[in-house]
Amino acid sequence: MSSAAIEFQHIHKTYVTPYKHWWDRLLKKPRSGLVALQDIDLRIEYGEFFGLLGPNGAGKTSLISILAGLSYATSGQAWVCGHNVVTDFRQSRRSLGVVPQELVYDPFFTVRETLRIQSGYFGLRHNDDWIDEVLHNLGLSTKANANMRSLSGGMKRRVLVAQALVHRPPVIVLDEPTAGVDVDLRRSLWEFIARLNKEGHTILLTTHYLEEAEALCGRIAMVREGRVVALDTTEALLARVGGAGLEEAFVQIMRDDRNARAAA
Amino acid sequence: MTPLQANPQVRSGFYTLLYKELLRFWRVGFQTIAAPVITALLYLIVFAQVLQDRLQVYGEIPYTTFLIPGLMMMSMLQNAFANPSSSLIQSRVTGNLVFVLLTPISNREFFSAYVLAAVVRGLSVGAVVWLVALLFFPLPVVAPVWVIVFAMLASAIMGILGLIAGLWSEKFDQLAAFQNFLIMPATFLSGVFYSIHILPPFWQGVSHWNPIFYTIDGFRFGFFGVSDSSPWLSLAVVSFVFVVLTVVAMRLLDSGYKMRL
Repeated sequence: MSSAAIEFQHIHKTYVTPYKHWWDRLLKKPRSGLVALQDIDLRIEYGEFFGLLGPNGAGKTSLISILAGLSYATSGQAWVCGHNVVTDFRQSRRSLGVVPQELVYDPFFTVRETLRIQSGYFGLRHNDDWIDEVLHNLGLSTKANANMRSLSGGMKRRVLVAQALVHRPPVIVLDEPTAGVDVDLRRSLWEFIARLNKEGHTILLTTHYLEEAEALCGRIAMVREGRVVALDTTEALLARVGGAGLEEAFVQIMRDDRNARAAA
Repeated sequence: MTPLQANPQVRSGFYTLLYKELLRFWRVGFQTIAAPVITALLYLIVFAQVLQDRLQVYGEIPYTTFLIPGLMMMSMLQNAFANPSSSLIQSRVTGNLVFVLLTPISNREFFSAYVLAAVVRGLSVGAVVWLVALLFFPLPVVAPVWVIVFAMLASAIMGILGLIAGLWSEKFDQLAAFQNFLIMPATFLSGVFYSIHILPPFWQGVSHWNPIFYTIDGFRFGFFGVSDSSPWLSLAVVSFVFVVLTVVAMRLLDSGYKMRL
């Protein structure tokens, strides 16, 4: 089978609670764990705009973390552009740009320094032409020499997007990029991301704003309690509820799954 | 824009990580270099005043001259520890370590960049303490190779310990505990201010189990050509500790300990 932009096979993830005392480790005391993902199989083709939806704690961020190498799967495997995220992590991470959910930044540096350093981590020197282009497209040109500390929340969010793009990754993952962001930035961000998608980038998006997912995503997976409970094109999902909107489809699918689980 | 293909390049991200770690302490050089130098000089002035005529070490060597390499080494050790530990805990508490974790930088490159930056900071502080002390007290160097070897190995050991402490600590107070209950006693009780020969036999024995003692003792040999233990024994102990800590730190990094959950 040819490679996909993103592929998960039988991903399980259990977060084991750490030992409280060192002697528990020596005695190999059994530990409780939180099951975050159960047998996730997912294949996202090149050029797709894919939505990953689910309630809080469903496992969306866990899945993305495994893809990005921020976390190791308990079992199962994942690939980015055919590169295994564990055994071929250098290539898989080069192919992937991740916009994290939390608004994190390094207060020591300016916007341009932040982006230069991020380029350097990927081994890119003299990347300023591309950095300028990304800054321009995200409306950050005037802030290039501002310290990260001095930026507003929305501006910091834009820098996070820019950081994910410095190495021109073919696959871009956006983990709730519009949480707490004003209308203006949301619109300009989606225009930019849609353009990147048209140019061939694969986009994986998680969001709680279902109207955004409805407008942008070609295919959607819904996850609940660590399992994929629906996987279909946006159109097909909408057709299930007679075109009543993705929110209705989401609510219905979640309810059906809850009932099915309760019955089982 | 014509992105699409991941950039096929070969340069390692190590250089940038090292550069960033160096820049981080250089930008606040007043805190990271000037402050420890002032501390060391205060020790020098106070102890030299109080003990100059009361303490005899290594025959003819004046106490102040004896003290300077000890203070240099103490400053190097503490600052080499502080660099990676404070950087890591800050990056983890603020969450921006994710920017490094998302990149193709391998664990070995990560380790080398943090430890090398610690060595550079340690050597910088040590060199400045020496230069400033030279303004007041002459300090000959008998065997510069030993001086350099022990300065580098000692800074590297403390850099690795700082890395481990930075990985282990989840809060700033845990890091402070590591520093106050382990690093400070180990450095103060290692012969910075005295030759362990003036200690009672029991404490001499205890000192020989403190690896930090060997870093200072070997370093001092480079200046005076005399020391409490053979410099070769010191080199063996210090190298052994370096290897053991490297293995421990690499195993922690490879297991994803508290970084890649």
